[in-house]
Amino acid sequence: MYEPNIPLLKMNHISKTFDGIKALQDVSLTAWSGEVHALMGENGAGKSTLMKILSGALTPDKGGEILVDGQTIPTGNTRASRSYGIAVIYQELSLSPNLSVAQNIFLGVEKSRGGVINRKAMLASAKPVLDRLGVSFEPDALVRNLSLGECQLVEIARALSLDARIIVMDEPTTSLSGRETEKLFEVIARLKTQGIAVIYISHRMEEIYRLSDRCTVLRDGTYVGTLDKNEINAERLVTMMVGRDISSFYKKEHKASDSSRDIVLSVDDLSDGKLVKGCSFQVHRGEVLGISGLVGSGRTELLRLIYGADTAVRGNVHVEGENVSPKSPREALHKGIVYLTEDRKGLGLFLDMTISDNVNVMVSIRDAILGGIRHFSMASQRTDRAIKNLAIRTLSIKQKVGSLSGGNQQKVLLARLLEANPKVILLDEPTRGVDIGAKSEIYKLIDELASHGLAIVVVSSELPEIIGIADRCLVMSEGEIVGEVTATSEHPITQEALMTLSTGLNRSNTVHKASEVIQENLI
Amino acid sequence: MTSTPLRDQSRVATRMRSTFVALGMLPVLILLAIAFQLMTGKFLTGNNLSIVMQQASINIVLAAGMTFVILTAGIDLSVGSILAASAIVAVKISLWPGLGLLGIPAGILTGLAFGLFNGVLISFLRLPPFIVTLGALTAVRGMARLMGDDTTIFNPDLPFAFIGNGNILGVPCLAIIAMVVVLLSWFILRATVLGTWIYATGGNQEAARLAGIKVWLVLLFAYGISGLFAGLGGVMSSARLYAANGLQLGQSNELDAIAAVILGGTSLVGGVGSIWGTLVGALIIAVLSNGLILMGVSDIWQFIIKGLVIIVAVALDRYRMKGGART
Repeated sequence: MYEPNIPLLKMNHISKTFDGIKALQDVSLTAWSGEVHALMGENGAGKSTLMKILSGALTPDKGGEILVDGQTIPTGNTRASRSYGIAVIYQELSLSPNLSVAQNIFLGVEKSRGGVINRKAMLASAKPVLDRLGVSFEPDALVRNLSLGECQLVEIARALSLDARIIVMDEPTTSLSGRETEKLFEVIARLKTQGIAVIYISHRMEEIYRLSDRCTVLRDGTYVGTLDKNEINAERLVTMMVGRDISSFYKKEHKASDSSRDIVLSVDDLSDGKLVKGCSFQVHRGEVLGISGLVGSGRTELLRLIYGADTAVRGNVHVEGENVSPKSPREALHKGIVYLTEDRKGLGLFLDMTISDNVNVMVSIRDAILGGIRHFSMASQRTDRAIKNLAIRTLSIKQKVGSLSGGNQQKVLLARLLEANPKVILLDEPTRGVDIGAKSEIYKLIDELASHGLAIVVVSSELPEIIGIADRCLVMSEGEIVGEVTATSEHPITQEALMTLSTGLNRSNTVHKASEVIQENLI
Repeated sequence: MTSTPLRDQSRVATRMRSTFVALGMLPVLILLAIAFQLMTGKFLTGNNLSIVMQQASINIVLAAGMTFVILTAGIDLSVGSILAASAIVAVKISLWPGLGLLGIPAGILTGLAFGLFNGVLISFLRLPPFIVTLGALTAVRGMARLMGDDTTIFNPDLPFAFIGNGNILGVPCLAIIAMVVVLLSWFILRATVLGTWIYATGGNQEAARLAGIKVWLVLLFAYGISGLFAGLGGVMSSARLYAANGLQLGQSNELDAIAAVILGGTSLVGGVGSIWGTLVGALIIAVLSNGLILMGVSDIWQFIIKGLVIIVAVALDRYRMKGGART
């Protein structure tokens, strides 16, 4: 079937540019038959883009080529990719819950006789595929009744039924239990013996150690290197993943030591029963607390719980010693907590409304005349002040927010929060989708707010950003706070320390560096 | 910074575009009026315009309530039925000797009660507005027939008949009520905090909640005021007819009200629109009916033409808006 000296998959010189921004630059990847090849990198390193190019969902820039069995295949064509045996299993599964396992396996390629579905034939041909995976459920089981892990196996079965030889798994264990993960690993081992190449994307070091034969690391859209099984070790991987300088535009004026020791925000055993599992921490006056962790570690959910946007099943929130535990955003606002959403357009701004209305929406009822009539001159005053203080570039305060640039939109949203006169500011990815100029302005603003004595919590996926602006950083993993790193004047927080904690490395292989204070509170 | 002339230019362009958008369907209304005048020669007379206003008034009142609802990205299919039920209550109370004028508040409050009922189901039980008000469309119609013993109730000495048939300085009372309703709606939407909240909730309900807006209050208010205006519409109808009938009154009025709101440029997805647009939309529908009657077009063809005009007008409007938003 294949010659042993020709790799099953070769991706050569793959680049991808979106609107002039290079998402991938000259990346290459080779996978052999019967190999598990791990693909690693920070959020935004370009892993998904590379896999989308492999699946044909995206077309690479000129010069990039994909070879299967040494043959160049057409790019940017999902059908072609599939016909060459490439299958991608995404984090969000695409099964129909009310159909049977067999029907899902043959979704779109149903076996029929004269247009009438032939259930028997589908059940019969699903059986050997499922046997290949060694699964315990029957082909006529309803997908609705399967566990998440079993659903993933159905997806793999679907790929096999289409004669897939290269299977990409994008963080497959994120939502699996320990037992299901074991089952998946067994299946992956079986696939290996059957000559299939598995490209495995994961942030979990343990999985990489256990499974992968080789590991390729991407950073900022570039190829960093590929390690063989015996070369893979945590420190090396982390260094490859983060190794870059903290750019100079993080300039902290306020000093952590300036912050008094009075606690402004205190969060105690907060849980939502699902994604946040008993988080406790405190933020002092004038302190910027960073929360780091991988996407899906429960950071956003934690902030939303503190703000009362979701309901907590357990735990308390205190502001300046008063138990506030908000049950709605409204209550949180009244108690001086504000929250900047990570999804500016979807959950933050009213795009069809004016800048002025967007800035004033939280305070218009406080300013109102006779309990309900808009105080328009007050509103314009506030808006003018916001435009001046935050340097929002606009033609008029009546301009619709939807027509502003990303950076200016973010500033409008920040202005809204500041007008509410908060004591605690929760910022979720404050510089996402913002150009570099606005970014440094937002950092300056956060710094200023801290020196005015506000308590600030910043969630960010960008490690340099967290390191640049936070006085102290918590690391979250799987809904828990797994570590804390404090910056001192001599020893700033390092990316290695944060990555080590957030990938769960410290569970098996604790990395301590003399320059850092790593407190572990593993449960 | 951009150079000054460029900035001025783009400012002028912005202003022109916003004027154009604000005008909305007004040019269509004016063209229709001129066309009917040219074709019939008797459209633009004081007497005829007064008739048009009178015919438009009840739909204007219903459509004003509908504007609030549609701005919150909802829909109220029950206003025709609520109008019938309120009219029945108004006429029945008007028969009480000496206290007949109580029929006015009774009718209005009946409408408010039904509207709040819709609002409670939608804001607290989070049921979809389409389903709730579709159910109310049928159920309230049944209640109207029940309350009216499924016959027509007359009151030849209706104490508030002046509402339906009187004039003040030559302007029909019905038209004056409609204007007051429009001005009140304009005030609420434009000048109150609640009005801003309505636009915000319709534009993005989850963002509104996160901004601390009482979304439940906004929804309750929107369906409440829609019911209240439908109740007022019931009082107006009964005052005009000296009678109310649970089966026929207000049939498919909700569709005319929705058509007026859509013609007025209010977006069905919520958050965008104005009460002035709704007024123009309701007037277009009334002018079309009146003009076609003047031209002697048969009832059947009136339906067909009205329906097509609504579709074409809205299609043109969407096309125009798209062009504006893209630049």
